[in-house]
Order: sequence, then structure tokens, then C-alpha cells
Amino acid sequence: MSARPAASTTTDDLRLALPLAAFFAVFFLAPLAILIFVSLHTDPSMTRMGLTQYARFLLDPFSLQVLGNTLWVGVEVTVLCLLLGFPMAWAYLRAPKWAQTALIIVVLLPLLTSVVVRTFAWIVILGRQGIINTALISLGVIDSPLRLLYTEGGMVLALAQVQMPLMVLPLITALSRLDPNLLDASLALGAGQWRTFRKVTLPLTLPGIVAGCLLTYAAAITAFITQTLVGGGQLLFMPMYIYQQSSTLNNWPFAAAVSIIFLVAVLAVVSVFNVIGRISKGYAQA
Amino acid sequence: MRRAEWEGISFTAVMLALAALCFLLLVLPTIVVIVVSFTSGFSLKFPPPGYSFRWYAALLDAWQLQFAASNSLQVAAGTTVLAVVLGVSAALAIARSERWTARLLDSLFMSPLVLPALAFGLASLMFFTLIGLPVSPLTLIIGHMVVCVPYVVRTTVAALAQLNPALLESSTSLGASGIYTFRRVTLPLIRPGILAGGFIAFMSSFDNVPVSLFLRDARTDMLPIRMWQDLEGKLDVTIAAVSGVLIVVTLALMLLMERVAGLSRRLR
Repeated sequence: MSARPAASTTTDDLRLALPLAAFFAVFFLAPLAILIFVSLHTDPSMTRMGLTQYARFLLDPFSLQVLGNTLWVGVEVTVLCLLLGFPMAWAYLRAPKWAQTALIIVVLLPLLTSVVVRTFAWIVILGRQGIINTALISLGVIDSPLRLLYTEGGMVLALAQVQMPLMVLPLITALSRLDPNLLDASLALGAGQWRTFRKVTLPLTLPGIVAGCLLTYAAAITAFITQTLVGGGQLLFMPMYIYQQSSTLNNWPFAAAVSIIFLVAVLAVVSVFNVIGRISKGYAQA
Repeated sequence: MRRAEWEGISFTAVMLALAALCFLLLVLPTIVVIVVSFTSGFSLKFPPPGYSFRWYAALLDAWQLQFAASNSLQVAAGTTVLAVVLGVSAALAIARSERWTARLLDSLFMSPLVLPALAFGLASLMFFTLIGLPVSPLTLIIGHMVVCVPYVVRTTVAALAQLNPALLESSTSLGASGIYTFRRVTLPLIRPGILAGGFIAFMSSFDNVPVSLFLRDARTDMLPIRMWQDLEGKLDVTIAAVSGVLIVVTLALMLLMERVAGLSRRLR
């Protein structure tokens, strides 16, 4: 270790970062390199090299469908989270102090509670004897229980709840940095509440919106537990696809290729978000 | 009514209605789990036919769940210690540096947060198989460390960014050594940030599925995976009692961390 640890806060001394950098090189970058290496084999016993695994995925309508469904579910969850999360953050900042404490606990608790527990709640809610079916039957709306579990709609709702904190927290930060004078000025100059919201609030909080959307999207498309337990066996998404191919079918090269394709797709989405974020930051400061 | 007034009312009404919906969506599932965990019946029927402590009592005999919980706790503890030691020292180095290498390291340390952890889990399994290291608590800790250390780095870097450099300079100019300044000035001021990061790292290791899925075996069964497998097989009511325990413990720890480390401010 460096002889003067405090110096690193005042000078440019990167030596203290070396242990973690070395750890990441060996246990993060090297495994990813091996993942690429394994994906370049043509057969499960890994004797010949070639790009056949990638061709197999990219030419197979079923595999492409799985990828497309996964990316699309992420969009649905993100939109739902934004639609409900923005008003939540808005209400949080206008609530009295005691209510703010309660609200932040309500937002944080799901973030820290085990994902299996949160997903389990949705099995109870959406199940054949769950709240929704019990309520609808006792109200006489339906005669027999609806199938809500193992549907895409139910899964999107569950995913939205599971990932909601990731959307609300950056939005609270973005909205709290908004200068209230700007809103007052807009209202005083005759723009209505809706117009002020569209023309002032939304553009100025766009960086926070982009940050929230990025976190929610990345978490939703990789949410293995919620996807398998609420989505069920009928709906197949990329994480389960990778798990099936590697653990059940033991086809490592194909599982590796699917992982790489998934990684690249996620990175592409992340960079699109980052570009939008950068543009919106310039817009917000202009 | 004037148009502006009507607009103001409709805007507030829509926002509050959506916020209320969001509130319900966030709170309801937790309440449902707590209520159903006290059921006296054998199914997840809601509302339950009657109330009892039977499923909590059943936990005392559920040795598989107990075994998995103890494994998860040990791995989470090991992961947290390693993540705090390496993460805090890395944060000290990169927090104030303007060098491009520091920015690059920052992006590298944060990247596990956005990359699909399941792909990393598979990559780790391939890596450990290749170097001939069998899966064990050690490989689990190594894998968890990669996906949990970003939280420690992030909260510590944020705490260091708020640190007033004048404090460090006056300590040094008054003759304190670097180590003394670190121990008596820097560390006390960034301690809440480290605590919050360590806490989140602990919780996310305890809850980790995508990495554990590949790096555990029967001897190193992990709680979230055990629960997932129990739920996939049949809808087991014992899981409701486990969930009840986890919710209460999480809430208690969260309130404690809010008090000692200002958790909510550090997560934003």
C-alpha cells in the first residue's frame, strides 16, 4: 500500500486503485474474454473453431424472437415505470416532511428486499386464488378465475414494481434540482400547468429521466427470477435461454454466443441512452 | 371557472392519482406477503382462511432453507469485507483524479451494474473450470465481489467528492502525517458513505441470483436459489414465512442504516 493514503485525495496517485483493477482484470475481464473464446467453437465438445454458433442464433427465427421479446418487455416495463414513477417523485417533493420519510421508505424497501420475495408477492396476487381473482369473483364480475399468472401482462406489472425504485430515485434527484422560479415564471407568463410541465419540467429533468430509464431497462431485461416465476415456462427470455443452453443442455459454445449477443444488444441500448443523456444535458443547461 | 385554474386542478389530480397508483403498487405486495405468511391453510389463498404461526414454526425444521440461509450469510459477509477493502481504496484513488486512466477505471468498476449479470455468471463458471478451481464459497465470493463492489465505489466516491479539501490541507499544514490525516479527518467524514455502500453490497450479495446460479452446487446452496427452486416446483407456503422474516429484517436494517448513514440520500 502507499505510504501516504490521504495524499490520493489531493494528488493524482492511482496506486490505491491497483488491487481492485487487478481483481477486475483477472476475475471480470478474463472471464469475459473466455466467454468470447468459447463462443467461437463450432461444437459442444469444443474441438473446432468457427462462427457457426452466431450464425445459428442469427438465422434462427425462434432465437431472434426470444431476443426481440426480451428487448421489447424492457421497453414496456420502462414506460410503465416512468408513467407511474414520475408522478411519485413529483408528489414526494411536494409532500410534508413526515410524509417524505414514509415515502422514501416505501420506495427503498422493495429495492433492498430480496427479489424472490418481491416476485413471490406477485404469485400470491395474480394466482388463481389470489387477490385479484377473489375480488372479481366476489363482486360477480367473473365466474371462474382468470389466468393472470404466467402471462406477459402480469409479468410486466410485476417487473415494473420490482424495478420501480431504480426509476423513482434518479427522478427525485432531478426534480429536486429544478429551480422553482422557472416554474413560477412560466405560470406567471400565462403558460398553464400542462404546458409548463411539457415545456419546462420535462426538458429540464430529461437527464434524470434518461438515467432512470437506463437503470430500469437494464434491470428489467435481465430479471431472471421475475421472468421465470411470473412469466412461467411458456414465455422464454434471454436470461433463461442462456441458463437452459448452458446448464440443462450443456451446450457451452451456443450459450456463450447467446450471452455475447445479449451483451452486445444491452451495450447498444446503453450507448443509445448515453447519447440521449448527453444531448439532453446540453439541452437542460442551454 | 377560469381556464388556468381548471388546468391547475386537472394537472394536480392526474399527477396525484398516478402517484397514488404507484404508492399502492409499491406497498401492496409487501403487505400481501406478510398477511399470507400467517395463513393457517395449506395454500396461498388470499385472504387466508384463518391465521396462525404454523409456517413460521415450520421454518425451525426446514433444514434445507436454514443451510442455504447460513451459506448466503457467510458469502455475503465475505463479499462485503472484500468489497469494502478493495472498493474504498480504489475510490480514494479515483475520486479526485482528473486523469483519463482514472475515468477509465471508474467506468470499468461501474460496468457490472449495467451488463447482464447472468452472462458474467456463465463466463465465471467457464473461467473457474478452465483454471481448474472447483466451485466453492471462495468462487462465490469472488463472483459476488465483482457485481457488488460498484455500490461501495459509487457511495465512497460520492462521499469523497463532498469532502472539503481545505480540511485535509489544514491537517497536513498543522504537521499531521498522511496516515494520521486519513485516520482522523478523511475516514470519519466518509464513514457514512462507506457504511451505506457496504450495506447495499451486503444486501445485493445476499440476494444475488445470476452469479450464484452458475457458481454454487449442492454443498453451497444459496437462499435465493433454494427459494426460487422451491417456488418453481410447487407454490410452497413455507416460502411465505421465509419472506416474512426477510422483509422484517430488511426493514429493520434499512431503518438502522438510514439513521447511522443517511442511506436514502446516498442512493439517489
